[in-house]
Amino acid sequence: MDKALNVPTMAECQAQGKLPEVLFWVGCAGSFDDRAKKITKAFAKLLQASGVTFAVLGAEEGCTGDPAKRSGNEFLFQMQAMMNIEVLNAYGVGQIVTTCPHCFNTLKNEYPGLGGNYQVMHHTQFLKNLMESGRLKVSGGTFRGKKITYHDPCYLGRANGEYEAPRSLLAALESELIEMRRCKSRGLCCGAGGAQMFKEPEKGNKDINIERSEEALETGSSYVATGCPFCNTMMTDGVTAKGAEAKVAVMDVAELIAKAADL
Amino acid sequence: MGAWPSLSNLVFALIFTAGVGYFTYNMRRLIVLIKKGRPVGPVGHRKQRWRNVLYIALGQSKLIKRPVSGLMHLLVYLGFIIINIEVLEIVIDGLFGTHRIFQALGPMYGVLIGTFEVLAVLVLVAVIVFWMRRNALRIKRFLSPEMKGWPKTDANLILYFEMVLMGLFLMMNATDLSFQQMNQGNWISGSIYTLIEHWPAQQLHIVERFCWWAHIIGILGFLNYLYFSKHLHILLAFPNVFYGRVNPAGQFENLDSVTEQVKLMMDPSADPYAAQPEGTVPDKFGASDVTDLTQVQLLNAMTCTECGRCTSECPANQTGKLLSPRKIMMDTRDRLTALPKEGDKKQLLDDYISREELWACTTCNACVEACPVSIDPVSIIMAMRQYLVMEQSAAPSELNVTMSNIENNAAPWPFNQQDRGNWINE
Repeated sequence: MDKALNVPTMAECQAQGKLPEVLFWVGCAGSFDDRAKKITKAFAKLLQASGVTFAVLGAEEGCTGDPAKRSGNEFLFQMQAMMNIEVLNAYGVGQIVTTCPHCFNTLKNEYPGLGGNYQVMHHTQFLKNLMESGRLKVSGGTFRGKKITYHDPCYLGRANGEYEAPRSLLAALESELIEMRRCKSRGLCCGAGGAQMFKEPEKGNKDINIERSEEALETGSSYVATGCPFCNTMMTDGVTAKGAEAKVAVMDVAELIAKAADL
Repeated sequence: MGAWPSLSNLVFALIFTAGVGYFTYNMRRLIVLIKKGRPVGPVGHRKQRWRNVLYIALGQSKLIKRPVSGLMHLLVYLGFIIINIEVLEIVIDGLFGTHRIFQALGPMYGVLIGTFEVLAVLVLVAVIVFWMRRNALRIKRFLSPEMKGWPKTDANLILYFEMVLMGLFLMMNATDLSFQQMNQGNWISGSIYTLIEHWPAQQLHIVERFCWWAHIIGILGFLNYLYFSKHLHILLAFPNVFYGRVNPAGQFENLDSVTEQVKLMMDPSADPYAAQPEGTVPDKFGASDVTDLTQVQLLNAMTCTECGRCTSECPANQTGKLLSPRKIMMDTRDRLTALPKEGDKKQLLDDYISREELWACTTCNACVEACPVSIDPVSIIMAMRQYLVMEQSAAPSELNVTMSNIENNAAPWPFNQQDRGNWINE
C-alpha cells in the first residue's frame, strides 16, 4: 500500500464549507480497474504536488453513460447523465478534470444539452496549464532522451481536436517523441471505443489493438504513452501479445510525469 | 449564316430544353426522396457553415490530404468548372446561330480559350491516371466487395465521359478553320491542326460541326447521367458540406424523445398512468429504415461518391471486419432510391445493412475525419444501434451485461458503487 493519498470527497469539502478549485472525475476504469487506478493515483499526486485543491465524488459518482450511449441505449445514458448532473449541480461544480477521454467527451459535449454545464478538461490539458503557469514542474528525470511514442485516444484527438496538450507534456519530459505512421487526426483507434471494450470483436483477420501495437512497436520506442485508461488496456494487451512487454512499457502521460518527478 | 432561326437552331433549342428539362425533373425527384427523411431542426452556426463550404467544398481542403489523388482531383474539378464557361458560348451560338460569339472580347478570347485548352489536356491526363488507378494499379480501396459490378462500371463510365468530352473540345477547336486562322488561343489545338492542315476545308468543317454537336450533347447527357450515378457529388457536395457537422465529432446527438421520457421518470409528481392525448403516436427510437433517418443523413448518402477514404481509414475494415463505412452510405442510398419500387417489402436493417456491420464500429470517427465532403457514417450506425437496443432489445449479450451493470451499480463492471473511492486508501 502506498502512503494514504488523503483525497477528500465533495461531501467532505462541503461539510467543511470549502469549495475545491476543481472536481476530479475519476471514472469507472479509474475507480475499479487495477491498472487504471495507478493512473488515477499518479494524477492525484501531481495535483497535490502542484498545490491544486481538488475533490472527488467518491460513491456519488456514477458512469457518465458513454458506453450505454455508444451501444445505442440512449435511455440508460440519459438516466445516468441526469443523475450525475443532479449531483454535480447540487455541489455547484464549475470545473471538472478527468483522466478518461470518454468521460471528458461526454461531460463536455453531451451533458450541456441535458442541463449540465461545466468547464471540462482532460487531465493532459489541465497538466499543461499547470505546467505553463509554473505550478507544476515537469522535467525529464529517467525519461530524458528516451524514445516515446504517443497513441492518440480517439475521444481526445479526433473527437475533440486535442493533439497538442499531451505532446507538449512529453516534450517537457525532454524525451524523443517518435510519431507512429498514423497519428493525430489520422491516428488509428485502439479498438476499445464505441463500447467495444465490453464485448468481443466481430469476426475479422486481426484484432485492432494488435494492429495498433505493431505500429507502436515499429517506432522502436521504449514507452507507449497514452491518455486513456481503455487505450492503455488495449495497448498493454497488444504489446504483451507481441511479447514485447519486457522492453516496452505502456504508460499514461500523467504516470510518466509523476515518475519523472519521483512522486 | 442563314436567316434566324434556322433548322439547326430549332433542333438545338429542342435538345437543350429536353436535356435541361429532364435534369430538372430528376432533381425534383431527388428532393422528394431526401424529404422522406425526418426534418432537421433550425440550422445554426451559419457563419461556420459558409466557412466550411468555402474551405472544404470549394477549397477541397480535405481532399488534398492525400496529395496525389487530391491534386489530380483539383485539376479535374478546376478544369471542369472553368471549361464550362465555354458551354455558355456554345449555348448562345446554338440558340442564335452565331459562331464563337465571345470572340467579341478581342484578345482576351484567345487567352480564355488557350487556358481552356491547357486545362482540357491536364484533365485528360488526370482522368487517364484515375482510370489506371481504378483498373490497372491494385489500389485496395477500389477493390472492396461493395465496389464490384455497377459501382465499378459507374466510375469508369464517368472517366470515359470526361475523356470523350475533353477530346471533343480539343478536336472542335483544331478543326475550326476560322479559329485556327485567327491563331490566338489555339495553344494546344494548333498542334493538332498542323497534323490535319491538309484536310479539305469541307472535311474540317464537317468534323468541327460533329465535334461541336457531340460536345454539347455529351455535356447534356453527362448532366442527366448524374442523377443515376455516384457522380452527383459534383452538385451535392456543396449543400452537404453546408449541412455537415459543426459540433465536435465526439458530440453525439441527445434524443429529445428520450429526454421527455427520462424527465417524466425522474419527476416524482408525474402521473405514470396519465393517458396520452388522443391520436399521439409514440416516437420510434433509432432507425431501421431510411425514413427514420434525418434529411441530412439522406443527403449524405446521395452525396457519397464512393471514394472509399472512409473505409480505408476504418480500424474495423482494416482488420478484416465486415464493416465498411462506404458501404453504409451506399446501402442507405440504394435503399432510398429503391424506396418507391420496394416499398416496405424491404428495409435498410438486415436487407441492406447487417447487424454484424453495425456492431463492429468503434465510433472512432476516422471515417468522418477522412470524408472530403463531410459525410457522417457514424451517425447512421448509431441510429441503427439505437433501434436494435431500444426497440428490439437486440444488443450483443456482453453489452446487455455491461448495460445492466451500469443500471444496477453505475459502472460497466459489477463493482459496488459504494467502493468507488476505495482507490484513495489502497
